Order: sequence, then C-alpha cells, then structure tokens
Amino acid sequence: MSIATGQVQGVGQSLLRPDGTLKVTGEFAYSSDLWLDGMLWGATLRSPHPSAWIRSIDVGPALAMPGVFAVLTHQDVPGVKFYGLEHKDQPVLAIDQVRYQGEPVALVAADHPETARRAADAIVVGYELREAVTDPRQAAFDPACPQVNPHGNVVRHQPVRVGDRFTADVVVTAEYEVGMQDQAFLGPESGLAVPAEDGGVDLYVATQWLHVDQDQVAPCLGLPKEKVRLTLAGVGGAFGAREDLSMQIHASMLALRTGKPIKIVYGREESFFGHVHRHPAWMRYEHGATADGMLVYVRAEIVLDGGAYTSSSPAVVGNAASLGVGPYEVDNVWIDAYGTYTNNPPCGAMRGFGAVQACFAYESQMDRLAEACGLSPVEIRIRNAVSQGSRLATGQVVDTPAPLAGMLRELAAMPLPGPGSTDLRALPGGVAQTTHGEGVRRGIGYGVGIKNICFSEGFDDYSTARVRVELLGGEPHVLVHTAAAEVGQGLIMVKSQIARTELGIDRVTIVPADTTVGSAGSSSASRQSYVTGGAVKAACEAVRERLDKLRAGGASLAEVLAAGPVEETREYRHRPTFPMDPVTGQGDSHTQLALCVHRAVVDVDVELGLVKVVELAAVQDVGRIMNPLALEGQIHGGTAQGLGLALMEEIQVRDGKVLNPSFTDYLIPTILDMPPMRLSILENPDPHAPYGLRGAGEPPTLSSTPAIAAAVRNATGLALARVPIRPDDIALAGSALAG
Amino acid sequence: MHDITLYVNGIPREVSVPARRLLSDCLRHDLGLTGTHVGCEHGVCGACTVLLDGEPVRSCLTFAVTVAGREITTVEGLATDGRPSPVQRAFAECHGLQCGFCTPGFLCTTTAFLRENPAPTEEEVLEGISGNLCRCTGYQNIIKSVHRAAELLAEEPT
Repeated sequence: MSIATGQVQGVGQSLLRPDGTLKVTGEFAYSSDLWLDGMLWGATLRSPHPSAWIRSIDVGPALAMPGVFAVLTHQDVPGVKFYGLEHKDQPVLAIDQVRYQGEPVALVAADHPETARRAADAIVVGYELREAVTDPRQAAFDPACPQVNPHGNVVRHQPVRVGDRFTADVVVTAEYEVGMQDQAFLGPESGLAVPAEDGGVDLYVATQWLHVDQDQVAPCLGLPKEKVRLTLAGVGGAFGAREDLSMQIHASMLALRTGKPIKIVYGREESFFGHVHRHPAWMRYEHGATADGMLVYVRAEIVLDGGAYTSSSPAVVGNAASLGVGPYEVDNVWIDAYGTYTNNPPCGAMRGFGAVQACFAYESQMDRLAEACGLSPVEIRIRNAVSQGSRLATGQVVDTPAPLAGMLRELAAMPLPGPGSTDLRALPGGVAQTTHGEGVRRGIGYGVGIKNICFSEGFDDYSTARVRVELLGGEPHVLVHTAAAEVGQGLIMVKSQIARTELGIDRVTIVPADTTVGSAGSSSASRQSYVTGGAVKAACEAVRERLDKLRAGGASLAEVLAAGPVEETREYRHRPTFPMDPVTGQGDSHTQLALCVHRAVVDVDVELGLVKVVELAAVQDVGRIMNPLALEGQIHGGTAQGLGLALMEEIQVRDGKVLNPSFTDYLIPTILDMPPMRLSILENPDPHAPYGLRGAGEPPTLSSTPAIAAAVRNATGLALARVPIRPDDIALAGSALAG
Repeated sequence: MHDITLYVNGIPREVSVPARRLLSDCLRHDLGLTGTHVGCEHGVCGACTVLLDGEPVRSCLTFAVTVAGREITTVEGLATDGRPSPVQRAFAECHGLQCGFCTPGFLCTTTAFLRENPAPTEEEVLEGISGNLCRCTGYQNIIKSVHRAAELLAEEPT
C-alpha cells in the first residue's frame, strides 16, 4: 500500500480505502460469505401471482422432507405482523392475500440451501386469482378501480401552487415516461441471524441503515429493541435497494424458532423480487415562455407507481413535486405529483429518489422550448438558471452558491471528442454491427439536475459518532465508531480523513458499524459525508477540546493519554427542514441542494436503432472535495446508472408480472457501454455543511439520463419521450428518416 | 457423490461432491473460499471468475466434477507470500473498486489478460475485461487500474 506515512492524510486528499486490501485479497466478508458451524439455510416461498386470495397453505409436504427444521407462515410471526419504512403496511408474510408477484408467503429452514429451496417449492398454496390493478393512473383516478390498499390507491398527492399566470407566447406540451429501473447491486440480499442466550437475536446483514432495520425487526419479533442487535456485514452495493427490509425478519424468525443460526442468501432472480425498484413514472408537462425563452409558467402532472406497498413512496412524491421544475426560475407553477398503489412490484428508494423521473421530463421540455424559441439548449438553460438568492417552486430561497449558468458555460466550452472511427468496434453495436456505419449520425445533448441532499420535509435527520483517543503500543490512536453503513461509497475513508484532520493523528481505526452506538441515519440521500461526517467532526472537536484542557500545563499528548483514553460521543443535525404545505406545496423542505450538469455525445445508427455513447462530460459543484479519487468514482458510477436508465435498463412488467428478472434480460452497462468521462468539479462551499461539502452521489444520476436522451434526439430528430430508449423506438420510427 | 481432487491455489484439496455441484458453490461452501463471489448465477456478471489452468472461467457455470485434477486459482491465490499481486495492488491504488463485490472476478480476468497481453492498448483493455460487470464505478477507475497493473507487472523482477 502506498499510504504516505509520517504525514496526516486528511480532508481533501486521496486517502486509499482502508478496506481496499481486504477487498482485493478476497478476505473482505460480505453478508453472503458469513458462516457458522451448525447453521441452517433459510428459503422464502413467494407468490407467483400479482393479486390473489390465499385460501389455503399446506406446509405438510415441506415439513416431511428430511433436513427440514421449520416451515413458517404469517401465523408464526411472533409480534406485529406488518412493517414498513413510512407506513407499517407490508405483511412480514402474506396474510390471506397477496398484492404483488414475489410477495413472501412462507419460510423454510433446512440443513442445506438446496433442501430449503425444494421444501419451499413443496409447500402447497391454494390461490384464488383476482384481477390485478396494474395501471397507476387508473388506480389513482378511476373511482371504479379496485382498492389495492385499504386506505385507497393514492399514497400521496402533493400539489405545488405558485402564481396565477398560465398563458404565454410560446407553449410546449408533452407526455413522458420513465421505465422501472433496478438498483442491480452485484451482491444479492443476504445475512445471518444468530439466536442469543437472552432470547434475542444477533443479526449480521448488508443494509443501508442499521437502526431503522432494528426499529422494524424488533416489534415483528415481539422483542424489545435491545434484544435485536445488528452488525453491518460487508455490503455488495446498495443504491437504495437496501433501505427496505428483505430477509432480516425472516431469518430472525427462523433462528428464534429453530434455536440455530440461519443464513439466507437470495439468488439474482429472487433479488429482483426481494427489493423495491425505482418508481416508473408517467408525466405530462406544459411549459410556457416568452418569445425570448424566459419561463413564464410550468404545469405538470406526475404519476409515480409505488406498487403494492408504501415503502418510501411519500418522500419520493415529495421530491418529484418540490424539484419538479428543476433548477430554473419560474414564477407560476402548478404541479400535481401522485404516488399510487397498484399490484405492480413495490417501488421505493433508488439513487436520485423521485428527482430522477422529473428531471428527465423537465429537461426534455427545456430542449423543446429551446427549439420553439430558436435558442440553443445551453442558452435557454442559462437564461432561466437559478443562482444564489433564487426562489424555488416551493418558495424556498436558494441561500448557498448555485452557479448553474457558469457550470453550463464551462460544460459547453469543454472540447468535443473527434469524429467517430470506422473501426467496427467503435460503431454503435460494436462487433455486433451488421453494416459499415452508413446510417450512423452523431448527436449532442445537455442535461441539468438538482437534488436535495439529506432527508427533507421536517425529518429529524441526525447521526451519532463516538470518537476515542488512546495509546496503543505507546502511540496515540483514534477509534471512530458510528452505525453508518459503508456500502461501497467510501464513507469509511471520509470518516478517517476527518479524524486525521481534526485530531492531527494519522493512526485511525474505523470500528465496525453496529447498533451499540446511536443511529447514523441512512446511507442514502447523498447524506453520510454531510451528517455522519458532521458527527465525526463534532466528536473529534469535543475530544480535542478535552485534550487541549488536559495539556494546558504543557504535557505531551502521550503523557495525557497515559492516564487513560479520552472519548466523546456527539449527535449532529443539519439545519431543520419543514413539510411542504399539503395544498400549496410551499415550505423550506430541503436543507441542501446540489447541482450537476452533463453533456452527452452519441453516435446513433438510425437504421438499426443502436446507440453508442461516445463521451460524457460533467460539471458538478460539491462544495468541498473530501477525497478526489472517491468523489470521481461516485460521479462516474452515478453517471453510468443514468446511462443505464437512458438506454437499456428496465424491469419489464406485464399484467403485474416481471418478464426479465435476470442479468441476461435486465441489462446494466458494461465497460463497452460506458464512454470516457471528462469531469470538472467545483468547490463553492455551503457554509451550513461540515467543511462546506455537498452530497455528491446522486446528482450525476439525474443529469446524465436527459443529456443522453437529448443527444439521441439530436442525432435522430425523433421526439423520444420515454426512457429507456429502445432500439425499436429509433429503428422503427426512424426508417423514413434514414431512407 | 464423487470424490475429486482440485488443485486450488497450488494446494491439492480433496472433496466429495454431487455431480451437479457448481464449482462456485464447491469453492465457497465445501472449501470455504468465499473470495469468489456469485452475482448472477448464470454467467453474465463475471464476479465468480476464477482461473482454470490459467484461463478465466465462470465458476458458476462449471460443475466441480468436470475440473477434477485441474489447477484452479481464486482471488485468494493471486498474492505471493502474503504480498498482493501487481493487479491487486493496482486496483487498490487506483480506486478501481467501491463495494468490491465484482473485484475478485475483475482481478482474475485481468491477471489472465495481462499475461497474454502485457502492454495492451486502451481498446484492448476494454475488450479484454468487457465480460465483467461493475455497478459502482462506471468502470473509469477499473480501466486505470488495468493500465497501472500492466506498469507494475513490467516493473516486477522476473
């Protein structure tokens, strides 16, 4: 390892991952790698139907199989039978009915995973099928539609109402759709539940938020929280998919029933059914502007399909509504954002969280408006760009730097890639190309995104850090303990860098995350560097203050620490936020806003409908660069997921059933799909945040999708109002154009 | 059950497996070598890639009994005397990983690729490792890691 010695590697430097060596040697223990002698394997029987009554469950054939230790149904749930992030409406195991394909119905524990799987298949469930509600707009607006949820089919309706002028010289109107995207982390859901002597359970899982898991698991087990202890196991990616529970309660139930450790590992197919997805969206937008391209008004209707249970749909709707016009100044806004219940797969958190869907629509609208006004895509965005002091559609004033116009100018001035090569490998479709590229056209497009950082709308969003300085082998050493989930993003480095910077000690150990320290909140909403970073900073400052007092008489650090360790625990909260008004949508609902802009250059074979992204350039303002290498990795990765949504990623659902639950049929970008990136990272500090930093993980996922879609439109001249853009959308529509 | 011997990371390992036991499951469960990861179970993602007599194969598409008597190298076998190999060091140094779940597969693929082609061009790198999926990095730092690994390998005493 090349970590510099004798020099504190603090904030702003490219400290290498402390877990990097274990991850390259294969020693890092992911949740799927955990093993205890004598453990059993759990398996989950899931509904094959999107909507059905359960008339009977016969577990007899499964229980009779050799090697099977337990078969459980909802009748065996020891405590509360429902859980959920925002509403506790999801049954631990289906009770008398199933509301989506893949809903868990029964559990098996057996001495071998194959036995457990076969036993689950041997359970006989008597289903009585009923019609599935699969059209979210019908679910929301047709009073005759069956109710999927006892509270009605609308999870949340959030309006935004500002101004009263809804006429303009130039008006563009269109409908847009975003398909259902999967987080597609590479390490499927898994974990180990170990029954404890005190009647509780120790749970080792890959999750994004240990304490919210604990809050949901304990009541369902009928246990007090202190008897459900969670430790973070190695996490193979998250991207929102681990915010909801998967196997946590199930494994714990089996462990408590059998008295043995239970391991559950989902396969890839089960993973597609075992977590929530990005809400598919239907959106109708109308933009009005003056002839010179100044926005007068925006009207929008946004329908987000949340599927069968609530998950985090209410907050997703809030984001779509509050950020629904994007980072543009506009005085008159009329938005209605809805989340619906249907019998489609449940949807919830995924990187970008409600802001992604709206961004595709409002950015597509800005391009239409540019064309209608005879302006360039860059110019119309610059003319309407927010800046510090601007008022958002919610009435919230942008009170920190927001140099969008400058970011766009910088992006537009970046050099463009050279003309496409005639090498077959460089053509759209690569070596699968069947032509010599006669139909290839180049296109350029721009996208702008604005994302709220941290939890919004009045949520008590905080993190806790315990920092201890002690002598180890005669040398001062820092221990940093938080419950924050390292999911790959590199928080483990940022915490270490903050401790080094604040304490000037370069021997720092990050203690494994568990529930013996206070909540850190979720590793989502791009919030951990901000909130857990803030907590680590505050705890380090408190330790430093005590050390300074102890050393006031001139004692050395080692002398002071010889008397014993110095430890402090601190909670950190960001500025409070406030709920959106339920009628007008007004309110200071966000604590921090982050901007990213993308330029995409694509080559499109208009005859074959194949797209090759040639280059992606981005400008992002991160306030303060904490770790350049890790930050660039976040922007690259977020951009790639936006590329996936633009061109290839969609869970295809027909009549409530998933058609493509595998990596053969659900496509994520490969190294040949992802082009080289050109980055410019700005540091305009947010004075309210630790070190002035801005959350950075999500913004690039917003803006890359509309930039690529715009580039494909630019190359083809097609309207392309839906992502992912499929080859058919281009080739079939484009045959006239190519001829 | 079939009694077979696999030469895993240079060590003969005797194991008794059913005919349909996958090499990935055999390595992970029977031999306790959990560094080989299973991401999709059908040969798409490449996380389970190991070297079979030096050639990269998908261990999730290989029955253990079909490789009896063969040399298998997993990520645990890439280091020499506890020192990570140049390919391993390059991925750590260039931030060529985030969650790291795909990394063992990339390391095995890259190790074999650079043995065949020690000084690859940009295009050759892309093609050489295009059979492995990564969801976190957007691949940019993985590309850098492969080039860096080539440099480090060139510096290694032979």
